[in-house]
Amino acid sequence: MLRKLVAVSAALLIGLSGCGGGGDDEEPSSGPVKLRFLSLAWQKDSLAANKELVDKWNAEHADIQVEYVQGDWNSVHDQLLTSFEGGDAPDVFQYESAAIGEFAKQGYLADVSGLLGGDFKSEISQGIWDTVTVDGKVVGVPFLLESQVVLANKKLLDAAGITVPAAGQGWTWDEFQANAQKLTKGGTYGVAWALKSPTNRVMNLSLNFDGKFFYTDGGKTEVKVGDAEKEIPRRIHDMLYVTKSASPDAVGMGGTDPLPGFFAGKYAMLPGGVFLRQQMVEQAPAGFEWVTLPPIKGLSANQAANPQTLSISEDSKAKKQAAQFVEYFLNPANQARLAQGDWLVPTGKKAGEELVKATSGKQGWDVAVASANDLTIAPFQTVSGYPEWKTKYATPALQQYFANKITLDQLGTQLVDGGKQVLR
Amino acid sequence: MNRTGPIAKTLQYLALAGYLIFLGFPLVWMLSTSFKPPREMVEIHPTLIPHNPTLDNYVEAFTEQELGRAALNSLQVSLSTAVLTVLVALPASYALARFKTRLGTAALGWVLLSQLFPFVLLVIPLFLILRQVDLVNTHVGLVLVYVVWALPFALWMLQGFVRNIPRELEEAAAVDGATRLQVLRRVVAPLLAPGVVATSLFAFISAWNEFFFALVLLKSPDLATLPVTLARFVGVEGIARLGPLAAGSLLATIPSLLFFAFLQRRLTSGSLAGAVKG
Repeated sequence: MLRKLVAVSAALLIGLSGCGGGGDDEEPSSGPVKLRFLSLAWQKDSLAANKELVDKWNAEHADIQVEYVQGDWNSVHDQLLTSFEGGDAPDVFQYESAAIGEFAKQGYLADVSGLLGGDFKSEISQGIWDTVTVDGKVVGVPFLLESQVVLANKKLLDAAGITVPAAGQGWTWDEFQANAQKLTKGGTYGVAWALKSPTNRVMNLSLNFDGKFFYTDGGKTEVKVGDAEKEIPRRIHDMLYVTKSASPDAVGMGGTDPLPGFFAGKYAMLPGGVFLRQQMVEQAPAGFEWVTLPPIKGLSANQAANPQTLSISEDSKAKKQAAQFVEYFLNPANQARLAQGDWLVPTGKKAGEELVKATSGKQGWDVAVASANDLTIAPFQTVSGYPEWKTKYATPALQQYFANKITLDQLGTQLVDGGKQVLR
Repeated sequence: MNRTGPIAKTLQYLALAGYLIFLGFPLVWMLSTSFKPPREMVEIHPTLIPHNPTLDNYVEAFTEQELGRAALNSLQVSLSTAVLTVLVALPASYALARFKTRLGTAALGWVLLSQLFPFVLLVIPLFLILRQVDLVNTHVGLVLVYVVWALPFALWMLQGFVRNIPRELEEAAAVDGATRLQVLRRVVAPLLAPGVVATSLFAFISAWNEFFFALVLLKSPDLATLPVTLARFVGVEGIARLGPLAAGSLLATIPSLLFFAFLQRRLTSGSLAGAVKG
């Protein structure tokens, strides 16, 4: 038996060494520059677009060859951290602006501001560039945005005599609440607020009323919960427990969990990210009519921008070529295609225009693209202790509040006290 | 003598059936999902049997991600891990079980302690070491990591099996004139077979399911293993493409089921009953 084991083992190892790759690819002294591009595309169309654009680049640029490497959102942080520490990071990688700040502060990311052309940079608004600017360095190229909109059952809106607002002309919160009330009848709730992970949603929407939550004075950041910060939680809570126009069943649900109920007419409106439109197209039953309502307005329709980004590693031996590839990959036509594949909003102005034109504004593309104008950097995105505050204090406190277990004042106290524990 | 009555027997069978359903339901649900079109996955009253079964999920899973190649990679890595783990653990476990020394006791303590280290703590130093010896981005490097990872538990398992073999059998063989090596080969090795099978199954499954080391240590798409490839069907905020994921996951369970089916008949016990007079 031992002999057999030894023989099998030797055979396997020989096999492995034969086809297992020969260690790290050494940079050749001549020949094309080789770049590794870690993409997080996961939707069917987006995957196809990513691979096709890389193939096209490789066909057109014999001197700069890009290897497409597929990553995934759930493990990319650990994957990148390990490869940065091990000195073996991909040359170009996809991630999101809120997450790359930490890498930038540790010196892992190249400053791309001097590597990109002026025309390319001017396509993206300064408010969006601000989300990827760390200590004066631009450490990523923002290319896909997600905003919060409202998806609605068109038949139920029509039956209640509610007109669908045009892109850029969203309802005020008062109008939204009143319409939700009108739609609440006969076993149907006006809204399903899926609040399993409520913190980001509350932080985002609170910008509607200029609710900042994080205030920095003399280098010290603290959490404050004043009237502006209380407005969004209070309004959602009122819909759940005072006017009862929002379904209490949905409170514990994740983003896509209310979809079966939405399709079955149990909920008339579903607030969520613009990407939810893809689920409508793929999963809505035949004959189900849905519309995308523009973002709700308070003092403004502002929301936090947390764009997906492409960054270049500081350790890359070919930063200039990597930037060339990024400019090509994110030119207006390509960016529009990538955005369409992911059902998100492109950051570039021309890309947005192309996308609306290509889709004739259908499937909510006009609303989605217009919503990009209201996206800007939010205070919570630059606070270093935010992830810990969110997980340990904000999410449990908000969940308790939306479950009607604590009062609004108690919520405020818990958020402030949590800030004292983790913020410096 | 206690005899089980018909009612107790029925209850036992019912409990067993309930447990089997509990264990099997996720697999059945995965099978059902893998044949459902997207619209049927979000029905408010989902059904076990798809109304309009489709193979699209399987086609998507295979055309978008190279699941076939990933399965082959996983198979190669897992089989190598199983074989190497047993090869290393076999003599070590014999020594631990048969020779009582302070070193052996300390080694067992260390083996236990080593199980406490989390993956994340180890992965960066491991990455740096493997990089030094040019084994990052190779299956050989990954197999070495898996073997080292599986060894402590494999040692524990096997030394338990060795302890169960009565020393008297070895002594009897020695008295009959067998050399030490002959004793090991002709007496110990056959009796250890169930233990070897159990240990190799453990090592195989741990390598087959492992995700994190494979993700970090393998960079080339050609080398990716199945768990890493399947993770690509999960997107932001935990939203997954359920159809292709279910189809891919179902296919991913087949090789390990076959491996189990092939080895399980060797997992016999009781072969030592009556070997030595009590």
